[in-house]
Amino acid sequence: MDFLNAIVALANYVLIPGIAYGSQLAIGALGVTLVYGILRFSNFAHGDTMAFGTMIVILVTWWMQGAGISLGPVPTALLALPFGIVGCIVLVLVTDRTVYKFYREQKAKPVILVIVSMGVMFVMNGITRFIIGPDDQSFADGPRFVISARDFKEMTGLEEGLGIRTTQVITVLTAIVVVALLFWFLNKTRAGKSMRAYSDNEDLALLSGINPERVVMMTWIIVATLATIAGTLYGLDKTFKPFTYFQLLLPIFASAVVGGIGNPLGAIAGGFVIAFSEVTITYAWKKILVYVMPESLEPSGLVQLMSTDYKFAVSFVILLIVLLFKPTGLFKGQTI
Amino acid sequence: MTDTVKNTLLFVVVFTLIIISGFFQGWNNAMFTLNMGIISAIMALGVNLQWGYAGLFNVGIMGFVALGGLAAVLVGMPATPGAFSAGGVGVVLALLLGVGTVVAAAFTYKRMLKGRNRNLVVTVILVFGFFAFRALLDPNVALIEAVNPAATGYLGGLNPYSVETYRENRWIMLIAWPIGGMFAAGAAWLIGKAALGLRSDYLAIATLGIAEIIIAIMKNEDWLSRGVKNVNALPRPVPFEVDLQSSAAFVERAAALGFDPVEGSTIFVKLLYALLFAAVLGILFWLSQRALNSPWGRMLRAIRDNEVAAEAMGKDVTARHLQVFILGSAICGIAGAMMTTLDGQLTPGTYQPLRFTFLIWVMVIVGGSGSNLGSILGGFLIWFLWVQVEPIGLFIMDIITSGMAEDSWLRAHLIDSAAQMRLMTMGVIMILVLRFSPRGLIPEK
Repeated sequence: MDFLNAIVALANYVLIPGIAYGSQLAIGALGVTLVYGILRFSNFAHGDTMAFGTMIVILVTWWMQGAGISLGPVPTALLALPFGIVGCIVLVLVTDRTVYKFYREQKAKPVILVIVSMGVMFVMNGITRFIIGPDDQSFADGPRFVISARDFKEMTGLEEGLGIRTTQVITVLTAIVVVALLFWFLNKTRAGKSMRAYSDNEDLALLSGINPERVVMMTWIIVATLATIAGTLYGLDKTFKPFTYFQLLLPIFASAVVGGIGNPLGAIAGGFVIAFSEVTITYAWKKILVYVMPESLEPSGLVQLMSTDYKFAVSFVILLIVLLFKPTGLFKGQTI
Repeated sequence: MTDTVKNTLLFVVVFTLIIISGFFQGWNNAMFTLNMGIISAIMALGVNLQWGYAGLFNVGIMGFVALGGLAAVLVGMPATPGAFSAGGVGVVLALLLGVGTVVAAAFTYKRMLKGRNRNLVVTVILVFGFFAFRALLDPNVALIEAVNPAATGYLGGLNPYSVETYRENRWIMLIAWPIGGMFAAGAAWLIGKAALGLRSDYLAIATLGIAEIIIAIMKNEDWLSRGVKNVNALPRPVPFEVDLQSSAAFVERAAALGFDPVEGSTIFVKLLYALLFAAVLGILFWLSQRALNSPWGRMLRAIRDNEVAAEAMGKDVTARHLQVFILGSAICGIAGAMMTTLDGQLTPGTYQPLRFTFLIWVMVIVGGSGSNLGSILGGFLIWFLWVQVEPIGLFIMDIITSGMAEDSWLRAHLIDSAAQMRLMTMGVIMILVLRFSPRGLIPEK
């Protein structure tokens, strides 16, 4: 019984939150990695792109809630998601036309593009704060739990409860669908193949008649879509605050680099590596150890390796270890 | 128009702007803008050293600035009575143990042959060391934080005066500034050792991370600097307003100049700060200019412009990068210590990357990367805009919304959002400068 309790507690506090957070990071990191693979720079504006897309989703959600449109048990935000994606695509394409295109034609060094993306980050952050303000916004609706901890306890008679939130289920399901679609697109369609070819060898791709501007446009459309989805899922699961999205940049970059920047499969793996390390290192393990250890060995403290405020440190240390010992990442980088 | 005339004109324009703001918003505000402008210029000088001379992409400026601020506390505050005897020794031992663990792991890694055994031994050392470190650190930290938690609850600093009289020891803050630089230099050495060999955007991500970690440590390690509870009432190198107001000689002189004692004293204090800061800026500028025009500076630019060729000429690229990275970070640390001195308090909760990292980048880019004079100009100009965009935005919003009904939600929203125009303005300025004048206002020669 104790063993079962330990497993349930582990699932409740570590596995399920880790999987949900990992999926959000993975989708975010896919965006960073695609920009890196095709446009060849680290996009510092990615966190704020996510925030912008999510903001539109929130605004449409509020409007729908006001108009009485709902999806029943599923959060209204999913219905608003396509609007957010379209809004984000428009913003990103306009940015590309007005800002990035010039440097692409100049064949500017990647580091210049990174600095330019810092300027874009400022502007996008400003727009988001200008429209929705810098404060926390919550926009989740519908039932909070698929199974609440109390129901689970009653059902199984265990001491520990297992609560599964609606948003967590939605996050994981959406992530699976999105990743499956993306890989189908990249590997099976003509457009996707041309993107991979362009990423692999630009000159050769140009010689074989691939239109670079089309590839770049497709990349931005996919990146905006991924960013909006990742941002909305994160916002549903936690809350929406522009500054938090900016801070997500670090774990997202860490995920992309750990997996091998430029490699989509790596981005997904990296997202889960970072998410699980953050959760396991900042979780207070006492609850679980109490069940599995004999009474005489029970820990006195919380057995928390690091306080939750150091979660950035965790992604950073992993990032550094990977960079030092395996600079190309877990999967070899720069191939889409 | 020669370069000298043009540059002088640019500086005259910026200082005229500050003076105009003084007429409209009071001299107190203008002096504050000037002082923060000098500090921003010093930070920009530091970043220019890294980016403009050597092409190193550092986005962890916030962390180095915060470390400088920490130095101001650790030097300027008196030791908390009883805190060191309560747990100070334990904390020091724990930190030594932590360092020892890392050194032992690194040593083992270097000495043992590659293979599974080495990985195993290193992991064991690290895991065991970490738990020993926490076991030693945690109880001692609790002891320190229990010492009068409402007022202190931290170790305090090195100010030799007592808790009652420490603010009389004014000049100690001047020692804190170079020590702030040394703190930042130490951190930069660690990061540089680990990350400088990597590609430029990896260095960016690494510095971004280290800055967040430094802030996280300063927010959470209450025994060190009280965390988010802030350390207030730092000593300062200039006299206190209250003392000036009670001095008959000062009141008389202020009255002769047409100031009432309260306003006169605040402006006088800020003026003294401005002189001190300007002296530091002057010294650092002179040193940077000398460095730029020395063989060392030429070598750095050669490396920046063509790393492979410089390496082929026998230049040690990594070592030069490490040097300039440490120097630039140290300058940011000095500026951070100066800023904390000016504020009179250390507030880790207010360090935000947009304000302390990316804004400095805007200064360097706008001023002209590679040009010291340009960075200083950028520092003053962008800081002035950063302060003034909000009132200007509010003014514009007032005009735009003047035709709307008093209770219109759009009007309320627009006026509320005017405060957020800062970031957008900075971003637009940066993008425009990068596009149309990528070499900045005062280009590199």
